Parts: sequence; structure tokens; C-alpha cells
Amino acid sequence: MPEPDDLILQVRDLRTWFLTDAGPVRAVDGVSFFLRRGETLGIVGESGSGKSVCAKSIMRLLDEPARIVGGSIVFRGRDLASLDENAMRDVRGREIAMVFQDPMTSLNPVLRIAKQLVEAMTAHGRFRRAAALARAITLLRRMGVPGAERAVMSWPHQFSGGMRQRVMLAMGFSNEPALLIADEPTTALDVTIQSQILDLLRELNADFHTAVILISHDLGVIANVCSRILVMYAGEVVEEGPPEELLSDPRHPYTWALLHAAPRLDAEAHDRRLVTIEGQPPDPRAWPEGCRFRARCPFAIEVCAEHPALLPIGEDRATRCWVTQAGGTLHTPERIAASPAPLAASAPAPLLVVKGLKKHFLLAKDSLFAAPRVLRAVDGVDLEVARGETLGVVGESGCGKSTLARLITRLHEPTSGSIVFDGTDITHATPAQIRPLRRRMQMIFQDPYASLNPRMSVGEILTGPLKLHGIAADEAAARRRVLELLSLVGLPARAAQRFPHEFSGGQRQRISIARALSVGPDLVVADEPISALDVNIQAQIINLMVDLQERLGLTYLFIAHDLAVIRHVCDRIVVLYLGRVMEMAPAATLFARPLHPYTQSLIAAAPVPDARIERTRRRVQLRGEPASPIAPPSGCPFRTRCPIAQPRCAAEVPPILDAGAGQFVACHFPGAQA
Amino acid sequence: MSGIALPAIASPRRRWARRYGLAAFGAAVIATWLVLAVFAPWIAPYDPSTVDVAARLQPPSASHWLGTDALGRDVATRVIFGARISLLVGFTVVLIGGAFGTLLGALAGYVRGWAEEALMRLTDLVFCFPPIILAMAIAAALGIGTVNTCIAMLVVWWPKFARLARSLILTQRSLEYVEAAQSIGFGPAHILLRQIIPNAVGPLIVLLTLDLGNAILVFAGLSFLGLGVVPPTAEWGAMVAEGRELVQQWWVATFPGIAILSVVMGFNFVGDGLRDWLDPHARTR
Repeated sequence: MPEPDDLILQVRDLRTWFLTDAGPVRAVDGVSFFLRRGETLGIVGESGSGKSVCAKSIMRLLDEPARIVGGSIVFRGRDLASLDENAMRDVRGREIAMVFQDPMTSLNPVLRIAKQLVEAMTAHGRFRRAAALARAITLLRRMGVPGAERAVMSWPHQFSGGMRQRVMLAMGFSNEPALLIADEPTTALDVTIQSQILDLLRELNADFHTAVILISHDLGVIANVCSRILVMYAGEVVEEGPPEELLSDPRHPYTWALLHAAPRLDAEAHDRRLVTIEGQPPDPRAWPEGCRFRARCPFAIEVCAEHPALLPIGEDRATRCWVTQAGGTLHTPERIAASPAPLAASAPAPLLVVKGLKKHFLLAKDSLFAAPRVLRAVDGVDLEVARGETLGVVGESGCGKSTLARLITRLHEPTSGSIVFDGTDITHATPAQIRPLRRRMQMIFQDPYASLNPRMSVGEILTGPLKLHGIAADEAAARRRVLELLSLVGLPARAAQRFPHEFSGGQRQRISIARALSVGPDLVVADEPISALDVNIQAQIINLMVDLQERLGLTYLFIAHDLAVIRHVCDRIVVLYLGRVMEMAPAATLFARPLHPYTQSLIAAAPVPDARIERTRRRVQLRGEPASPIAPPSGCPFRTRCPIAQPRCAAEVPPILDAGAGQFVACHFPGAQA
Repeated sequence: MSGIALPAIASPRRRWARRYGLAAFGAAVIATWLVLAVFAPWIAPYDPSTVDVAARLQPPSASHWLGTDALGRDVATRVIFGARISLLVGFTVVLIGGAFGTLLGALAGYVRGWAEEALMRLTDLVFCFPPIILAMAIAAALGIGTVNTCIAMLVVWWPKFARLARSLILTQRSLEYVEAAQSIGFGPAHILLRQIIPNAVGPLIVLLTLDLGNAILVFAGLSFLGLGVVPPTAEWGAMVAEGRELVQQWWVATFPGIAILSVVMGFNFVGDGLRDWLDPHARTR
């Protein structure tokens, strides 16, 4: 334990419960930790682990029925758990600031940025209005908002998500707080913007000596910024330590599982299956007796029936595990050293051929006589998908990857170009012409909560397609097929009678997969199928998709924004930017030898859950934000952010060059270094 | 637990009573009125139209519980018979108007394009006028009578359902399960009728219920102004109109007024209860 005068925050046995009519939900149940002056502490855990409630408890931003029912939060000599509301208001914003996950809703849409920043400063009586306005501009400039004098008079809707998060940070730092709590501040942002914000957070921590609590589900993000990590599970801290040690030598099986469940950007995958832990987190209404992780723990022993305490093991490290406290080790999981997946020996005719595909959406006119505006969502994409392969499509939000998926499955009609599916041109096929092909081409969606009709039972969801396409001869055959499908995706037979809301996110995604498979497709287009799920559930779904591909010979078009996931599951990868293909290559080649500057910076921006790598990595920081697909730049669309752009890039659209070994790149200066 | 007392957990019965107590009360009131309306000829002590000038304007007594009106008719009998026409008109207007408006609105929301635009401008046109004034004008043009008043009310009634249905369909349409159904190959009719509408009925049923009271109130208002029923039919609004000059004989206007109040409140309580019950957010609390 550090010297008391070095401590800024000391949380002891904090218990925050939701006192619902049906009994207490023990979201935070006995959390203790401390924070030194100017320290960066990361709190990591999956959804429902209590990390956000913990942060809100410190700020006392709890809504009914949540209440702090026990413990203390000593911040600079005062116990925030029992401070009265008036005194608490002085602490909030002035001494402790908070930045939230969703930058789209955390600013007030009807007030100018200036007004919101100035109010944040004058509210505590530290600044006069004029001084506050000048300071607001200085702060915005410090946060990297371009044209701060002009930007300060803007409205929130004129800013992108990344810019709003900078404004939130400016607001957070405006009163020079001693502590900043950032709750998933980059989760809603693209990877290149995330990297900018994380860099900014590190710099601010160094410049202002403000202590930071960073909450995230992403070990890579935490490793990037923090000097100490708390791992939370089931309402309590299960492990604590510096990232260098905790991430390379985890001493709690849950941390171990988190680390191994996430695909690594910096490691070659020998097997596409990931290490997962069974089951779901326990119910916060009734935590299990003994160790709360016991039911899912591959290392559990008899003594785990007793609840372990968080005990120190070595300097600065602590764990809540009987096995490692007794000196036991957590072995590295055995991976089946499978031979590299045999690529479907370059089948003569590819399953899907897309040529010059464009989708331009007409937007509403500004006025009656204005020229119609066009959003170029997909602007000339060529690709081929071979039978049995997994083609990954990666890019930031707005790059057109979801539109591409909906064009290929013909939910949208292309503006121009052609889509040929197994020899049939479906570019402008009518719904009646396309219906028989729908059996062979299915889609898996991103949001497991929106993609299943809440009023239909799982059985109805799965029999609908069977009846429509006349696959099952009668009711009995349909029922048999539903049971087959459920067991195929690892759900119990009784799931057929249940409704979607009775399932967790991961289970719903399994239902969604079963629905896609019900008609026996050849091609499955998966649009961000795992991005809404927790790490361990992501791993389970990836494993399922890999299994199904092997058993049923499926071809996948896998769309994602997460490079590590894409690298892990795909044979070949297409990198999209503003509706165009920037680079296309076999997965291993793309990561070993990225030729396009955009690919290079994407790879550099993705955080890796290894503090040593994070500290030493060379970063190609991308400037600014993506251009608008309504007014794309002339020439190369990437040139406005490109570190190696030349005048030629503005004049000529770079053609797609064959770089050999299946690698294609659309750049005038492929492979050049910034 | 560090001395902080936890509030007692309410028993399931008390929780239910707290949430749905008023709704249950409203349902009971409406059920009572329905029974009275259906069995009026057997329950009511007198005939609603028999004039007895000798017994005119008698205060409430043992023989006339709620007194008699200016023509000596029994107020209690007429209030009971009045429930028939009020409830009938209320249900007719709301069900027909609701069904028509919902269907049009749902189509507009699903098909989009010029059809949507035309329909929405039409609803704007109706919304331009205060509903009761517009209904009065139409009823007056068509001539006095219950059927004509119903038609007038239907004209002003359907647009709000069309509006709500359209916005509900638009919300549902943007959810991925609709795209999933499209990618499986279901046609637009199946998607709209079997997949989207079932997800949109909740708020529509709430509006329907809340609106029943409203429709009864508007009909009573039109009758009060002399546009609803043809005398001597017993109707609450008309009865209040007959009693409005009779300050001394307060019972003539008061009891039909209380009848209107109780029915409208009853439907409102039930509607609020339904809203809570259908709202998943409120439910988890």
C-alpha cells in the first residue's frame, strides 16, 4: 500500500445494489482499490461485471433503484459515499470529471459548444464568462480540434463522434480535475480515431497530472494507456496488477480466459478456433457460493467452493484465486497444431464475382432548386469470392461495407456494376427472380437484439424459411429440421418454444445463424456478426462459424471493423475506404507486408493487449477524419489523410495494381514509408 | 451490512396492486357499465321514454332513485339506457376509425414514396381543424342522427391512427429482422402483416383504449349541442343539455354528467395500465 498522502482515492468494500422490487441486484459487491495521484488505472471486464456502476458510484451518478448500500469512497479526505448532495455537486466536474461512452448523446444538442464549455467552467465559480470563453478555445485547441475559434461556436451535430469526444475531454479538463473517469470513451469510435483519442488521453495525463480511471472491455485499449489494471468479474475485483505482468502472466483464470479468447493482431493463427470458457456470467441477484467464477473455471479445485479473498501475490499484484494464491500456474492452452486450412484449391469458377459495383443514394435536396446530393456509399468495388473460402471486408464506419453486404444479397439494388452469383447475373434481378437464389445466399446480422422478430418463437423463426422455400414436406419434417438446426448451432431442443428475449446476445446470434443455415445456403454474408458481443462470446461464435464452415462447406463474406478478428478468421482480406477497395491480399500477406498506407495505419492503430508491444510500437498516426462520401476527394479518396500523399494523388485515381502473390493495391506509391 | 437498512421488498401482490390497481378499478367501472347497457331493459326500473307530467322534476327518492326530468321521465332509467348508445358509438367510431387509419398508415409507412406523402398531407388537412368543430360541421351538413354523427366522427378520427401506425411501422422497418425476412425471400405482404404489424400493435391498442373515453366524450358533446341523437332517445350529452337551465333541479344534469365522467376515467385508467404492461422498460422495474 502506498503512502497515504500520495493517495487520491481509496475505495473500500464498495457495494452498490439495485434495489428492485424483485430483490437486490448486487451489481458492485465488495470492491476495494486505491488510486495514486496522477496514476492511470484501467478497469476491465465484460458487460454486467459492474465496472460502469463502480464508476458511477464514485461520481454518485446513480439513478433509482441503484444505491450505495455499503463501503466507503474516500477522495481527498472526504467519504463520497456519504457526502450530501450539495457538497457532491462541487466535487463533480470540478474535482472529478467523467467522459462517457456515447459521444452522440453526452452533449446537449440545443446548446452551442461554447455555451456548454463556458457553463462547465463558470458553474464552479472559478472563471468569469470572458475568461472561460478564451480558455474554452485554448482547451479545444489542446484537444486537437481544428479551427478552435470557429469550432467553439458550432453546434454538437456539426461534429463527428471523435470530435465530440474531444469536446467532452475539453469539458472534463476545463476545471483541472484531480481525477478523470473515462467510461469506454473510445468504444463507439473507429480504430484510427480511437488511437488518436488514446494518445491524447496519455498526453493529458502527463501534462495535467490528472489521475485517470479508464474503463473498457478491450484489454488492448487498457494496455495502451494504463499503468495498473483491475479485472472485474461478477461485481468484484478478481485480479490487479501492472499491465506488463498481468497481460503476459495472468494469475486469475478469468483474466487468462479473456486474454486467450481475443484473437491477436500480432500473432499468426494456427487454428481458427479460439480458447473459450463455458457458460454465462452468474446472475447478479444470487451470486453463487464460493468463487464466483468456479462454474466456468477450467482450473477449479475443491477449495473453490469457499469464497476466495483478493490477496497480494508479489509486489503490486493481487488475485482472488485459490489456485494461484497457493502458487499454482495457469498453463498456456493447448492449441491443436492443425495444418493450415487447405484453401479450396483455387476452384475454376468463383462463387461470387462483383465488378465495378456502385451504389449511390440520392439524398433530399437542400432546397427546391439545389442540385440533388449523392452519397457514394459503394463506389466501384471489384472482388471475387472462391468456393469454400472466407473473404474478409474491413474498414471504418462509413466505408460502405454494410451497403456492400446488402448489395450482394440484393437487399439494395446496385446503381451500376454487376454481381454474378454462381454464373447467374443478379445485378438487376426482380424479387421473383431472386427468390430461388435466396436459398443459396444468406445473411447474418450485427445486432442480435434487432435481427430476431420479438413476437415470434424460435421455432416459428426457423420454420418460416423452410415453409417458404418448400424445404420441409410437412409439419413433422419441419419440426425435425428445426431440432437439427438448433443442435447444429449448439442450442437445446427446448429453445424452439422460447422467444428471443429469453436468450442472451450470444445465444441470439446462434439463432440468427441457425435461421441463415435453415435454407442450406452456399454463401453466408456476415455483417459484423460478433461486434455487439463480449470477448468470450465472440470467441464462441467464431468457433461455431469455423466449425460450420468445415462441416457444411460454407463460403463466408465476413464483414468487420476489428482487424484482429478479420485476420483470425479470413483467408483473404479486402480493405475498403470511402466505398473503394484500397488493398486486397491473402490474410498473412496483408499483415506481413501491407502496401497501402491506409492498411498500414489501420494495423498500427489497432491496440494489442500487450503493454510492452504497445509502448514500443511505431505509430503511423493518421491525420484528421475520413472525408465525406457525399463530397469525396478527387483522385485517391484516401489522400486527405495519407501520410505520403503527393500532388499526383489528387489528380489521378490510382489504378488497382497487381503486387504478386494475390496481393492487389490501389496506390500510386505502394509500400512507400511515411 | 454496515448498518444501512435495506427497504423491505414489496410482496408480489402489493407490487401488482401498486402498478395495476387503478387499471383494475377502471376495468371494473367499464364492466359495470357494459352489464348495465346490455341488460338495460331488465335492470332499469322504468321505461326510458314514458312521459309522466304529474311526476316531473322530482328530487331523488325511494321510487325515483335519481329523480325525474322535466317530462317526468326517470333519470336513473335514462342514464342506464344512455350507456347503450354512448358505448356503442364509442366502440364503433374507435374500432372502425382505428382499423381504417392503422391500415392506411401502415401501408404508407411500408410503401413510402408519393402514396405516403399524399396520405400524410391528407391527415395534416384534417388536423388543421379542431376535431369537434369539424365533426360539428360535417354532422350538421349530413343532418341530425346517430349514424350521421358517427360518420362525422369517423372522418376526424382515423388520421391520428394513421399517423401513429406510420411512425410505428417506420421504426420497426429499420430493424434488422425486417432485412432478415427480406433476405430469406419473404414478400412485402407477409413482412408487413405477419412480421411488422404484430410488433406495432401494442401502442395502437393503448391509443385505442384511451381513445374510447375520448370518443364517448366527443359524442356526448355533439349531442349536448343538439347534433347527436334524435329526441326522445336517452343519451347522456342530450340529458345534460336538458338539465342545464334547471339550476334548482341539479339531479337532471348531474347524474348523466357523472356517468360520462366515470366511463371516460375508466377507459383512461385501463389505457394507462395497458401502457405500463406493454412497456418492457417499465416492466423490469
